[in-house]
Amino acid sequence: MFVTGVGGQGIVLATDIIAEAALIAGYDVKKTDTLGMAQRGGSVVSHVRIGQRVCSPLIKKGDVDILVAFEKLEAARWCYYLRHGGIAIINNLALPPLSVNMGNERYPSDKEITDILKRQTDRIYFIDATRRARELGNIRTLNMFMLGTASVFVPLEVHAWEDGISQRLSPNIREINITAFRNGRKEMRSVHL
Amino acid sequence: MAYLFVNMAKGLFSVFIYVSLTGKLWYDLAKMIKLLSGNEALALGAYHAGVKIATAYPGTPSTEILESLARHDDIYAEWSTNEKVAMEVAMGAAYAGVRSLVSLKQVGLNVASDPFMAASTTGVNAGMVIICADDPGIHSSQNEQDNRHYARLAKVPMLEPSDSQEAYKLMAYAFDISEKFDTPVLVRVTTRISHSKSVVEVNQKRLAPARQANFHYAAKKYVMLPIHARLRHPLIEERLAKLAAYAETFTFNQALWGEHRLGIVTSGVAYQYAREAFPQASFLKLGMTYPLPQNLLLSFAAQVDRVIVIEELDPFLQENIQAMGIKVTGKEFIPAVGELNVDIIEKGGQRTGLLSETSPRHVEDTALNLPKRPPLLCPGCPHTGIFFTLSSIGQRSKPMKSRVKTPKESSLVITGDIGCYTLGTYPPLNAMDTCACMGASIGNALGMEKAGIAKKLVAIIGDSTFMHSGITGLVNAVYTKGQITIIILDNGTTAMTGHQEHPGTGISAQGKKTKAVELEQLVRGIGVSDVKVVDAFNMKQLRNAVKSALESPELSVIIARGACSVRVPTRSEPRAIDTEKCNLCGICLQLGCPAIQREKERVYIDTSMCVGAACTICQQICPRQAIDQQSKIEAAKSL
Ligand SMILES: Cc1ncc(C[n+]2csc(CCOP(=O)(O)OP(=O)(O)O)c2C)c(N)n1
Ligand code: SF4
Ligand code: SF4
Repeated sequence: MFVTGVGGQGIVLATDIIAEAALIAGYDVKKTDTLGMAQRGGSVVSHVRIGQRVCSPLIKKGDVDILVAFEKLEAARWCYYLRHGGIAIINNLALPPLSVNMGNERYPSDKEITDILKRQTDRIYFIDATRRARELGNIRTLNMFMLGTASVFVPLEVHAWEDGISQRLSPNIREINITAFRNGRKEMRSVHL
Repeated sequence: MAYLFVNMAKGLFSVFIYVSLTGKLWYDLAKMIKLLSGNEALALGAYHAGVKIATAYPGTPSTEILESLARHDDIYAEWSTNEKVAMEVAMGAAYAGVRSLVSLKQVGLNVASDPFMAASTTGVNAGMVIICADDPGIHSSQNEQDNRHYARLAKVPMLEPSDSQEAYKLMAYAFDISEKFDTPVLVRVTTRISHSKSVVEVNQKRLAPARQANFHYAAKKYVMLPIHARLRHPLIEERLAKLAAYAETFTFNQALWGEHRLGIVTSGVAYQYAREAFPQASFLKLGMTYPLPQNLLLSFAAQVDRVIVIEELDPFLQENIQAMGIKVTGKEFIPAVGELNVDIIEKGGQRTGLLSETSPRHVEDTALNLPKRPPLLCPGCPHTGIFFTLSSIGQRSKPMKSRVKTPKESSLVITGDIGCYTLGTYPPLNAMDTCACMGASIGNALGMEKAGIAKKLVAIIGDSTFMHSGITGLVNAVYTKGQITIIILDNGTTAMTGHQEHPGTGISAQGKKTKAVELEQLVRGIGVSDVKVVDAFNMKQLRNAVKSALESPELSVIIARGACSVRVPTRSEPRAIDTEKCNLCGICLQLGCPAIQREKERVYIDTSMCVGAACTICQQICPRQAIDQQSKIEAAKSL
């Protein structure tokens, strides 16, 4: 599984929880983040590999089963990691980089982004996750919502995910995040299946 | 692939259910099995090995090692002023008979290399381990050096884990080897080991520190007069020979037999990649990469048709193995530059005929030209204002409507340093001309002045960096009657590496209050008389201070003080732009604040990002006073 987005969207925590959930379910797991110069609004990439025995923490290009993108441009940037026919879950959110704001570069249109994704797969799901997180009353639950949508495609039981979330989050924010996770799961179930 | 995944999952799920039926057992089991990053595993391993003193200066990717250790209250852990000091403190502890640990990033060992060499010469009196984290791929560094060469230079043993489990286990060996052979031990990791999480079985408890601190007079061992150092050198050579013999049977130097057609010698994370690229091959996996086990290598090579070495960065293993007369290749098809991965190794394997060509599974289209997303200074960053000031005084920024692509030749030369503020190099600020290594800004500026550059010179340096290695540069500038302007960016933290404390903050690694070293007192004490302390969010103050410093013929120091916005817990009302007043001049966009955005013919502030009253710099620079508190702008609109 390959998770990408922009620094500050809670991606590292999300993949930590995926890894914990896989461990709880008895798998071998490795995860690794590529943060560049760390926390300041750059592009963030996190790899998680789950299986009976995992060697490399990095996933090969063209070998990712599930791509989860918290932002559209990042989905287009990294989608070549996806295997043919893999699953792409994309938060319907555009965060134009500074160069676009300065008028030096252009943000790709939705059609361009979809076309780039289509070269790898047809299983593309655009989700209004930022809006749904805001509706829940806390934009920072975005990551758990996205996790919920992805969980539909991962053969781990729900309790493993929720135990993973409980382990990593302090009690006062646990409940809202588990709700966000469940909302995401429900949302994906309603579009998929 | 998806099928396989699901089937495999079913198999494992049944096991899982079985275990969970036994309830309590599963719980205990779960407690022993942890998901740890390489850094967490190294720290836990050191803790269980009875380390008593841990020192470090922050540096990606090594920082979390000391952060983890500082959480134990039965260890003394400190953020040292710099890596040289960290090494010296740890040496002192090891001389005094307690186990000590230093952790640093690859360039940190350059700073600490003098005491490191000295520690190798004197040896120790209790285990001393240096964890050095290299950064292949330069994720967050200023260069891509391969620190394995330091083991050879200093003639000390080097261990390399290939995942978190090994990182945990190797620490106990590292301390034992250090004591058994009277030598500091280098544990070398890389970003991918430090920052990957994997499953660790924790099977030990903390070893009680074996001895009370105790120092015995032994001048021939500890006082490195030439006459004594000459006695130490043969002992070091002897030690190295003994270590090489030890390496022959060291548990982590393992032959893993597969087909005998191909034998691969490898270590660290490269082993994980190689294993995946060549699942059938035989492996000689080295957990100790200096000195090398010659007999083991010879016998491995004799049992396979062809030997290759797969290693990240320099041909360190390859050349050392070749020197034993063993025929190996590696760097002929595995790049010596950048971080490896399975794809790169497969490509190398194909090039040399070891793997058959496969059709690419992916389309990586660099011609797509998607906008890049470099890291930025945060909204409300205290560094933004000063860079904007320098950029405008130095005529570096390019107004939005101008057609000139490159900024004008600047009237200032700004030598920079390393920290968040290095991001001031990017457009639109374009406010940094050099950044070489930590502390270099002051010496670089002085050198340019002495070389006779006619332009005004400004050295810009962070507070943590100033403490680390700016002080000696300033002493030098005072002594040589330099006339440069030095700006110290005092954001009260070491932000770049994740907000660690430093001597200027007066808070310890454990978050407790301690004694602070006051910047302005320090600077005045060195002999600078023109010292100004300004508010980093007050644009007028900044501008006046910079102008007067540039005009002054003396050495001037400006301390720009303002808290790092990540550390300001409360957000106040965000600013907004009155679209009626705004004429799209684009000046606020020149700040590079990520909260200020442009959408076709409108400039607006993303209210979820703006920090509000703590900053307000855009409000101060807007020539049309179009920026104010959001509520005021809205009230004006509804009138
Ligand atoms: C020798 C060396 N040690 C450590 C580092 C890692 N490092 C880069 S910048 C930095 C400190 C930045 O702190 P400061 O100067 O206060 O600037 P800030 O990031 O807070 O703006 C550190 C520790 C390095 N690059 N080189
Ligand atoms: S972390 Fe702090 S110092 Fe670094 S860019 Fe953000 S606000 Fe500025
Ligand atoms: S006040 Fe202006 S410059 Fe400061 S954070 Fe808000 S939008 Fe950015």
